[in-house]
Amino acid sequence: MTIEIKTATLQPIRNTFANIERRFGDKPASRYQEATYDLQGETNFHYRPLWQPQYELNDKSRTQIKMEDWYDLKDPRQFYYGTYVQQRAKHQEATETNYSFFDKRGLTEHLPEEVKSHLITYLIPLRHVEHTANLNNMYGCAFGYGTAITQALLYNAMDRLGNAQYLSRIGLLLDGNSSESLATAKQEWLKNPAWQGMRALCEEMTTVEDWFEVFIAQDLVVDTLVFNLFYEQLDQKLAVMGGRDVALLTEFMQVWNKDSSRWLDSVLKTVASESEDNRALLEEWVQQWRVKTLAALRPVIAAMLDKGDALDIADALLEARLKKIGITR
Amino acid sequence: MVAKKLNLKDKYRALTRDLDWDYDYADRKKAFPYEEFEGIKITDWSKWEDPFRLTMDAYWKYQAEKEKKLYAIFDAFSQNNGHLNVSDARYVNAIKVFLTGVSPLEYQAFQGYAHVGRQFGGAGARVACQMQSIDELRHVQTQIHAMSHYNKFFDGFQDWTHMHDRVWYLSVPKSFFDDARSAGPFEFLIAISFSFEYVLTNLLFVPFMSGAAHNGDMATCTFGFSAQSDEARHMTLGLEIIKFLLEQHEDNVPIVQKWIDKWFWRGTRLLAIVAMMMDYMLPNKVMSWKEAWEVYFEDAGGALFKDLARYGIRMPKFVETTAKEKEHISHQAWWIFYTHGHAAGFHTSIPSAEEMDWLSEKYPDTFDKYYRPRWELAKEMEDRGERFYTNGLPQLCTTCQIPMGFTEMDDPTQIAYRSSDFEGEKYHFCSDGCKHIFDEEPEKYVQSWLPVHQIYQGNCGGADVETVLREYYKMNLGEDNMDFKGSPDEKRWNEWKSKGVA
Amino acid sequence: MSKVYLALQDNDDSRYIVEAISEDNPSATVINQPAMIRIENEGELVVLRETVEEKIGREWDVQELHLSLITLGGNVDEDEDQLRLSWNV
Ligand SMILES: [Fe+2]
Ligand SMILES: [Fe+2]
Ligand SMILES: [Zn+2]
Repeated sequence: MTIEIKTATLQPIRNTFANIERRFGDKPASRYQEATYDLQGETNFHYRPLWQPQYELNDKSRTQIKMEDWYDLKDPRQFYYGTYVQQRAKHQEATETNYSFFDKRGLTEHLPEEVKSHLITYLIPLRHVEHTANLNNMYGCAFGYGTAITQALLYNAMDRLGNAQYLSRIGLLLDGNSSESLATAKQEWLKNPAWQGMRALCEEMTTVEDWFEVFIAQDLVVDTLVFNLFYEQLDQKLAVMGGRDVALLTEFMQVWNKDSSRWLDSVLKTVASESEDNRALLEEWVQQWRVKTLAALRPVIAAMLDKGDALDIADALLEARLKKIGITR
Repeated sequence: MVAKKLNLKDKYRALTRDLDWDYDYADRKKAFPYEEFEGIKITDWSKWEDPFRLTMDAYWKYQAEKEKKLYAIFDAFSQNNGHLNVSDARYVNAIKVFLTGVSPLEYQAFQGYAHVGRQFGGAGARVACQMQSIDELRHVQTQIHAMSHYNKFFDGFQDWTHMHDRVWYLSVPKSFFDDARSAGPFEFLIAISFSFEYVLTNLLFVPFMSGAAHNGDMATCTFGFSAQSDEARHMTLGLEIIKFLLEQHEDNVPIVQKWIDKWFWRGTRLLAIVAMMMDYMLPNKVMSWKEAWEVYFEDAGGALFKDLARYGIRMPKFVETTAKEKEHISHQAWWIFYTHGHAAGFHTSIPSAEEMDWLSEKYPDTFDKYYRPRWELAKEMEDRGERFYTNGLPQLCTTCQIPMGFTEMDDPTQIAYRSSDFEGEKYHFCSDGCKHIFDEEPEKYVQSWLPVHQIYQGNCGGADVETVLREYYKMNLGEDNMDFKGSPDEKRWNEWKSKGVA
Repeated sequence: MSKVYLALQDNDDSRYIVEAISEDNPSATVINQPAMIRIENEGELVVLRETVEEKIGREWDVQELHLSLITLGGNVDEDEDQLRLSWNV
């Protein structure tokens, strides 16, 4: 039957939604575009929030950063919900294979005691840092402006919960599902003097008001330093100590970090190049949080890694990243 | 070491709420500042029962599976021009209302749950809200993708997000969610998770999606049911939050009851739009609004409130009014839109003779008596070439923002008017329910951005309706609005049909 | 007693799940509606993993239920072996 149709009869009358057409011209649009641009309400809000009457429900002035168009902060991964969960599902399937391989082969028993205690004292407490990152990214998602950035922050927040849960499962592998190692690791987090700087820093981050500052502190400064120190430098040390197999369990976080860095660098590059004011503000925030984070990490890194220059290595990496993004010159 | 296997509950606890800790260095109240101002007393967050125990790995896995299936259907739908299979082009107007009126609420739900998913001090509740937040983002995005194909062949979809912020009747759903989001975190949960998701959402989705299935709209039916599969989790969160609040402290009971009263009424007013969609906009009917109300509210809600009675919770205020309204509301709402069809972003039309018979059968006590004569008169006028449109702009209810067109329920010939004075001004309402809500929180509702007032005050780009529609709403006049008869939608549909496509 | 209920999308997996539910809840009523199946029962309704696995012929995780679930009414209690819906009155 369809053979009969003159193609003209079934010509679409438009290629995409009008808001997408205004932005990109009259041509077919991607699913990412249609599911991202202009979704958030812009105007005519009915009531001021009882909990923040100084702002509108959606309000650009919840941060000092200024963007002509917040939708410039697009995600180079083009994640909308569907592509996001499918990407992560693939990744979690591979991780599941790793974890069950580790479990079935009884690799825990082959780990030297010293490696196990390193994991409990240093790696597993990181789940509390990931939990903080979950809160901080949710904060940006709730108070940020424009779907381009807020959806990506939500994906990030959920990823951090995922990271925290994988770290917890390392604990469950070590203690044969009794959750004792999680309890011990939590005591380290709560009581071990070496961790208290980091704990105080995490607590402080959750009280900062400007959502973009929180985003910079967590996703740029803390994450750059922590991921290098705990997933690269600690990983190398564990390998030397006979704990090479642990890498099977942290692969998810390593791959995740690469994926998320691509997004973060691109977004921050756009913000920094928007105006000198933005760049200067980013630089100020970075310097503030960099000093604090390095100080907070110093005792735990000193105890965890034998190398005296471990922090310098991580900090140099941060410096290079800041240059690449265009925050420092 | 003795390997004692953790059960699902304990494991989930270890993997979620155990991640949090008591603060020693920063002020936890500064980190979670909005927990107290509503007067709700939480003595122990650890009493929170996680309704479902989904860890992120399982979440990604199951949701990806749903998405894969859903997008396969979307792809097939557009490759095969699935829009040609709908029962009639008139049907498409129902999903125009959906995209412009409901999808933006999914977006606001995403935002609202992100906010409470950050602000609650209890990690269990927080994580449940975060998952709902990302689910709601899923809903708005899959709805856009489902409608994307329709937008290429029909008018009225194209500027849905712009319209939602501005158009007169869309301020009904917009103000509903603005109201919830601007409330405190606990009221938000009672409003959306409990009153809306648990008590009323079935009325929005289930009959409507069955309607889509019945009218050959596979794309909508599929996204609808796929979204509903998340809804079961959301509903359970709604039930959990209410039990949690009621068990935490007896002082919470009257506060919660007040919110239930408010949000039940607010919700029923919002659903007037769904009522008219079911009774008037679906060419192939599934069930009447009245039947849906009976199954999904009276039966299901009745069981729920019986269960909650042990906490001292009673049925929402004005529930007796809704028992009368179910006979009238869809007819009155569609009449409002029919008579203002020149200012609507979708097409209205008179029910056909068969549809009127169906309405008579479904509404034996009211349709023939009150509504059939109206439609027959409208039909006569249309046949004479004098399709009736109301001139001028309607007065809106300050609370629900629906034009004042609903009647006294004991006298369906008499438009209901209520009013209140506040700080020297008079405010108007469509019902006792709406007046009551205003009187409880006048400072909030005097802020309402009432579209008609705004037009009169010159805030919508012009004084005459046509300029407002064209310039401010960005409607394509003569395409998006007016009767279905004579619309470009109808013309194209007939052309497809005559060529044997549809 | 009040009725608890759940509704499933009308798909292949659901047919086995409904079969299992009917077996474990002999007094439950199954109602077929456009594109969905509704199951209701007085007071309580239980979905047992074991029975579903028997019907479907493979391992089945209780959380898989969420792939087909459209709506439910009642208090939910879910663990690795079952999902139970109930009212307390
Ligand atoms: Fe939703
Ligand atoms: Fe929902
Ligand atoms: Zn009203």
